[in-house]
Amino acid sequence: MELSAKEKIDFIAKCIFRATGVFIIAILGGIFLMLLWNTIAFLIEIKPWDFISGTQWNPSGVPASYGILPLLVSTCLVTFGAMLIAIPIGIGTAAFLSEYAGKKLRNVLKPTIEMLAAVPSVAIGFLGIVILSPKLGELSSQPNGLNALNGAILLAVMALPTIITVTEDAIHSVPQPYKEASFGLGANRWQTLRKITIPASAPGIIAAVMLGVGRALGETMTVLMATGNASAFPKGFFHSVRTITATIAIEMGEVPYQTTHYYSLFAIATVLFLFTLIVNLIGEHYVNKFKKYQAL
Amino acid sequence: MRKLTSIIEWGSLLFCTGIVCFFLIVIIGDIINKGSSALSWAFVSTLPTDGMTKGGILPAIMGTVLLTLITATVSAPFGLCCAIYLNEYASNNWLTRLIRASIRNLAGVPSIIYGLFGLALFVQGLHMGTSLLSAGFTLGLLSLPYIITTTEEALRRVPASTREAALGVGATQYESIRDMVLPSASPGILTGLVLTLSRAAGETAPILFTGVAFYINNPTGFLNQEFMALPYHLYMLSTQHQSIEEVRPLAYGTALVLIIVVFLLNSFAFYIRNKYSKNEG
Repeated sequence: MELSAKEKIDFIAKCIFRATGVFIIAILGGIFLMLLWNTIAFLIEIKPWDFISGTQWNPSGVPASYGILPLLVSTCLVTFGAMLIAIPIGIGTAAFLSEYAGKKLRNVLKPTIEMLAAVPSVAIGFLGIVILSPKLGELSSQPNGLNALNGAILLAVMALPTIITVTEDAIHSVPQPYKEASFGLGANRWQTLRKITIPASAPGIIAAVMLGVGRALGETMTVLMATGNASAFPKGFFHSVRTITATIAIEMGEVPYQTTHYYSLFAIATVLFLFTLIVNLIGEHYVNKFKKYQAL
Repeated sequence: MRKLTSIIEWGSLLFCTGIVCFFLIVIIGDIINKGSSALSWAFVSTLPTDGMTKGGILPAIMGTVLLTLITATVSAPFGLCCAIYLNEYASNNWLTRLIRASIRNLAGVPSIIYGLFGLALFVQGLHMGTSLLSAGFTLGLLSLPYIITTTEEALRRVPASTREAALGVGATQYESIRDMVLPSASPGILTGLVLTLSRAAGETAPILFTGVAFYINNPTGFLNQEFMALPYHLYMLSTQHQSIEEVRPLAYGTALVLIIVVFLLNSFAFYIRNKYSKNEG
């Protein structure tokens, strides 16, 4: 059968649209292969066990040491601190927005939170240096406050909008009859919130926290600027730390291409990639869970 | 007694909300307060002088604007086509599910890893060198998942009857999309695009190794050359400059300009969104 010109164009358009879809898969595959390829090149030269269990990261030392542990512990420490701050504040704000605030107040607060999400990370890092650092320095009686706590506070600020928005959606998705039944039994708003609404929206809150963790793990500029970047093994919140992202940012600009040091940065990026992937997959699992719940 | 506890309970939630607002007020307030004294017409319209301690940030503003334009040129057509495929053509098969899973995962990949990918693919693999083009392509890839998600959202809001009416009078599916679906989804698509670009304009990590430089005094042949950008300029002024205290006012000025650029793009997006939702109702 002969196709008309119209039908030919229609067919070509469909093929182009589908090709862009396949292109998206190719990008993710490309990122993964690029990381894998360079990581293998690294692991040929350095024993995997030394990489995983080494407690020193000093690629320019003699002999060079490529232990990921200090970077990994730094990353986890800063992220953990950020979540300690952001989770209670985020859930509290989301509960306030959805259960207590009136419509007018909501219309003011929602754009405020969206504005906070729009502030570029480099601007938040800058304020970490000029505002937070001197204050934290006084608090810990050290010359400056460029430490893990500084990074944790800044990352909390950056993760808050995500946590608030997703938690609020989750609280919204709790069926109204649940709350009405609770009110009917004589419970007040706070009791209903604590005993009914929050437990019922738990999957959504877990999703919110996971997405926040994913954001904090992968953030580069704020931690690069605010945590001091000492490559020694991290000792605590009042000490300078150096995360995986900051290490890549600092060292990639200086290494010659195709050296062990160059490959090592891809290797730590692979570890970061896997961590964020797992965290995001868990988050997504719980998002789907509360979406299903919403459909009931 | 019961009343007192309920006030404490209510107060604790209000306190959480207050902290969030406090963060925003401190961020915006401090940057406006200390940045406005550095801001002047000369600051945004002249070249830096005396090793960055004096003069303006014109090349950084130009660089960010050009970079954002390249990002849009790369990501908007691809994102649009992919969203059209997912919303208009794709049936629920393994390919569609794989595409959707890829988009979700790409959105969660840390921005620094996009920087590494841009370095390996564009700078080295395709021999584009550290240049405006390499950095723009990298940011384009980073923006794709957001553009696809927001575009698909906009397409989904177009009622099925619009498509059926077009098909019913003999249009092909492509014609129905081009003449009916896209025009009515365009405000939503534009909102998503502008929001994504405002985010790309503030990104620093992906351009670190793909083309940004601290100082460029020779802006000829710009596409294949290194460039200056506002976020990177702020980073360098606040951490790497040899006389950090001296350039602090300039850093504040740069931060203010960056915030203004990002917020202007955001307000533009909200303006389109509000106008559109009013028309709809």
